[in-house]
Amino acid sequence: MLKMYLEVIRIRFLMMLAYRVNYYSGIVIYSINIGVYYFLWMSIYGDKPSLQGLTAVQMATYIAVSWMARAFYFNNLDREIAQEIRDGTVAIQLIRPYHYLIVKAFQGLGEGVFRLLLFSVPGMLVVSLVFPLDLPGLSWDWLKFACSLFLGFIINVEVNLLTGVLAFFILNNEGMIWAKRMIVDLLSGLTIPISFFPGWAQAVLSYLPFQAISYLPSMVLVKGLSGDAFWHALSVQAAWCVLLAIPVQLIWLRARKTLIVQGG
Amino acid sequence: MFHLRLLVEYFKQYMKTRMSYRGDFLVQFISNFFHQGLNLVFILVVFQHTPSLKGWSQAEVIFIYGYFLIPWAIFSSFLNLWSFNDRYIIKGELDRVLTRPVHSLVQVIMETMAPESLIGVLTGGIVMGVAGWHLDLDWTWYDPLLFVVFTLGGVLIYAGIFIALTSISLYTDSKSDIQPIMFNISNYGRYPTNIYHKIIQFTLTWILPFAFVGFYPASYLLDHGEWKIYALLTPVVGAAYLAFGIFCWNRGIKHYRGAGN
Repeated sequence: MLKMYLEVIRIRFLMMLAYRVNYYSGIVIYSINIGVYYFLWMSIYGDKPSLQGLTAVQMATYIAVSWMARAFYFNNLDREIAQEIRDGTVAIQLIRPYHYLIVKAFQGLGEGVFRLLLFSVPGMLVVSLVFPLDLPGLSWDWLKFACSLFLGFIINVEVNLLTGVLAFFILNNEGMIWAKRMIVDLLSGLTIPISFFPGWAQAVLSYLPFQAISYLPSMVLVKGLSGDAFWHALSVQAAWCVLLAIPVQLIWLRARKTLIVQGG
Repeated sequence: MFHLRLLVEYFKQYMKTRMSYRGDFLVQFISNFFHQGLNLVFILVVFQHTPSLKGWSQAEVIFIYGYFLIPWAIFSSFLNLWSFNDRYIIKGELDRVLTRPVHSLVQVIMETMAPESLIGVLTGGIVMGVAGWHLDLDWTWYDPLLFVVFTLGGVLIYAGIFIALTSISLYTDSKSDIQPIMFNISNYGRYPTNIYHKIIQFTLTWILPFAFVGFYPASYLLDHGEWKIYALLTPVVGAAYLAFGIFCWNRGIKHYRGAGN
């Protein structure tokens, strides 16, 4: 069983590798985005040495890390699922002897691993040459970050699966996919670290899964969270991984029954 | 006149196809609105931590953002060239376009237009209006006129740049990702340009003039005199870039050979 899913990762990885040229432009786009947020935040800091517990250099690092982390966790599973539902190929997927959503998740992982190696790592090198960043040297912080980032990936995949599967009910959910992507970018702390939101908003956001996608992993690396703070972050993420799996499975079971293949 | 009539006909057809998926249309409308809203949230949150952004107050930054939305909305309603490569080159629809007695670019523009994006003009206008009202601006009789001229200039800049980039597809049928890169760069134009590094400021003014689609004209309307000359240059820059874009297009069309059989 596991072997099959590993194969799914491998195939997706190779598929991405075949089109690797497309990813160089990705590095450029991410660097452009890091640039705009870097200058914005630096002019917000002005001569203030630190805001909301982050120094200016930590903030710069946060921006770079969170964008490069996005390269890993980001995928278009929702769009792929919606597409397969719309063109009817999902019917064939359903009769195959595997769990469609798990296969999708592993495809996402293959994509993520590809981008992590060929996009985030070189991208991070480029960015750290251009902007003054403060990354930890060879230390355990990277391992902690990796764990946290992986959980963030799972949560994002679950959010994507949920959005994608909704195409069973709303046949054209393109708008919703767009909206979801924007919500995730804003509320996950990618563009604004959660600690910069007003108190009431932070309270609300702490009950939502989005902060566990980007904010927590980035903080683990940037602030070098350790001890209780680290375990707390990790357990919040783990809890969301489990909690989100429930609606995904429930909606999936319902959705299979309502499948209408348009023109199929 | 002929082109205008053609545009109306295309518009009617377009609305018919869109209205067959009404729900989808509505959702797109809402998500467009929503997107601008989220960008505003960013500005609002950020200004909780600083009184000014390199000399720009919150209301001023919001005003600039509102202004920035307007040329972009007009541009993306009428020049929707994002999938040009797929649709016209790889699927070969350009061959059909070329056999007709209207300029190929005009046809492509009319076939790909998405007038629902014009909602951005309204959003931008509201955002700008509310911010401007807070700022108590001193508008003279010719400011609204200048506003229209600036907006058109901005649209022409976008048009010129993206037409030139689309022309690349006429030479090669392989996909290029320059358009999304350019789109991301254009976002630099929605914040005051003086927050950026000198090199970026120079680039945004003279090479990829995205400072002219948002910041320069808006700063003029905000009565910041420092960039007045740049603001007044907006229509000139727009005309120059559009001319460049059309030049690239015409050359590309001459070179175009079709993607295969």
